[in-house]
Amino acid sequence: MTTQIADVQGAYDASGAEKARTLQTIYVYEAPVRLWHWVNALAITVLCVTGYFIGSPLPSVPGEASANFLMGYIRFAHFAAGQVLIVFFLLRVYWAFVGNAYARQLFYLPVWNKTWLWGVFYELRWYLFMVKDPKKYIGHNPLAHVAMFTFMLFLLFMMASGMALYSEGAGRDSWQYALFGWMFSIFPNSQDIHTWHHLGMWAIVTFVIVHVYAAVREDILSRQSMISSMVSGERLFRDDLKD
Amino acid sequence: MSAGMETFYEVIRRQGITRRSFTKFCSLTAASLGLGAGAATEMAQALETKPRIPVIWMHGLECTCCSESFIRSAHPLVKDVVLSMISLDYDDTIMAAAGHQADAILQETRQKYKGQYILAVEGNPPLNEDGMFCIDGGRPFVEKLKEMAEDAMAIIAWGACASWGCVQAAKPNPTQATPIDKVIKNKPIIKVPGCPPIAEVMTGVVTFVTTFGRLPDLDRQGRPKMFYSQRIHDKCYRRPHFDAGQFVEEWDDEGARKGYCLYKMGCKGPTTYNACSTVRWNGGVSFPIQSGHGCIGCSEDNFWDKGSFYDRLTGINQFGIEANADKVGGTVAGVVAAGVAAHAAVTAIKRVASKKPEQVG
Repeated sequence: MTTQIADVQGAYDASGAEKARTLQTIYVYEAPVRLWHWVNALAITVLCVTGYFIGSPLPSVPGEASANFLMGYIRFAHFAAGQVLIVFFLLRVYWAFVGNAYARQLFYLPVWNKTWLWGVFYELRWYLFMVKDPKKYIGHNPLAHVAMFTFMLFLLFMMASGMALYSEGAGRDSWQYALFGWMFSIFPNSQDIHTWHHLGMWAIVTFVIVHVYAAVREDILSRQSMISSMVSGERLFRDDLKD
Repeated sequence: MSAGMETFYEVIRRQGITRRSFTKFCSLTAASLGLGAGAATEMAQALETKPRIPVIWMHGLECTCCSESFIRSAHPLVKDVVLSMISLDYDDTIMAAAGHQADAILQETRQKYKGQYILAVEGNPPLNEDGMFCIDGGRPFVEKLKEMAEDAMAIIAWGACASWGCVQAAKPNPTQATPIDKVIKNKPIIKVPGCPPIAEVMTGVVTFVTTFGRLPDLDRQGRPKMFYSQRIHDKCYRRPHFDAGQFVEEWDDEGARKGYCLYKMGCKGPTTYNACSTVRWNGGVSFPIQSGHGCIGCSEDNFWDKGSFYDRLTGINQFGIEANADKVGGTVAGVVAAGVAAHAAVTAIKRVASKKPEQVG
């Protein structure tokens, strides 16, 4: 009797009345990718909050200037989070080379691939309620792929403009200015870099709204796991229906 | 007027300035230019031996505030010496000669010192209607500028007008006023922006160029590094209040009385490269922030079109006169969030609707 149960594949409830279906899972997001994602989430949260307060500071603190460093701490948090973001981005770029195929998706759009292009429009129709079910994708679905790639462009702009702004304080002899001073050739008045950097923050906030919504929605509606995939790395496919 | 090969030293001695004053001038100037300890001697040596470099000072579309600033240089010696040295050749605003006589000097200098003189330009040429908005000596200033620039060694672009365009180039710029570096492409140009530039900065630049016969180190935007490599904010005496988080919240509040940071009042110190917070104005007496008003960023590109002088966040007028990054970005984020909520609602309704038959069946 015991040997028989041990031989059976799959999961049962305690009484053995019901049997869970075996579902297909595949390892998609490797540990460095997941770590990067959550570090990013944290860093971006810190960056948005502190960045907002740099643009619109909190009410004045009482006491002597020498006894306070509020703006200094806010700016420090912003700079520290920004540098963490950049360091992890560089590690992520490295991982794009050594990681699995899905680690590379963010960094390019396979616009030459007809199947992929078809997928973009298919997923778009899914979001416009024009098709009943989305397709199953191991990595990003093509529409998400476009969104993530666009986000990477914004992130790159934020990192470059952020470092350029940082170089204003670090000085003209700093490596930050040597590497990112070209931003001042595009925007001769750094007031413009401040403005675009600020608008970039709102673009990222907008992305986060859409990103979180899409992840939750797909986790519920689509035929694959989303949120838990970014924790465990495994993507679970929930059905074996014909496509 | 035609003392061609005279040295700088000979000129000032002829004007009755003592050698002691001369050496003082050299050491002060060397210090203000941020040069090393040996530079004062080097400078004295150069001024004593090298023939002085002729300077032509031209005026385009401008308000003459650069000249006004220049003649108020703190160190009287600097003013007397440098100014007389320049006016010896050409400056239509302050020279004695006028009309054809003055114009003749331009041609004379151009021929006699071909490739050797410095062309200092105050103001800029308007290009619209073939330059008819600025007529100088009977013809468009832009023609005269191009002609004099052709044989100049280098060009000094005085002030925000010559460097960036300033108020006459502000939107909609009907005369198409254009900064010097967009008109003259084949000569080294040194930008000395500010509206006006600080007198000591101007004399410092002239002294450097005439002393060493070359331009000082320039930054990415063509400004001398010695005066424009730091922001007002970096050397502001109110900076500790910024780092502490102590701001003037409105004019005449407690913070204003205590001399708190003017950041929230729209001070452009954090984005303005100039020497105001170190050199200051009127002989080191004060500068805008010290007198309780924020920096307006007058030495920065296009400062007239960067929104109000009194807003922290730059106005984005394409989206209405009151718009700024927070209003534009916040609206976008809000609209998207509303869109997401509507999308979620439609999704939920469709899901409920499509499930009903299953439950029945």
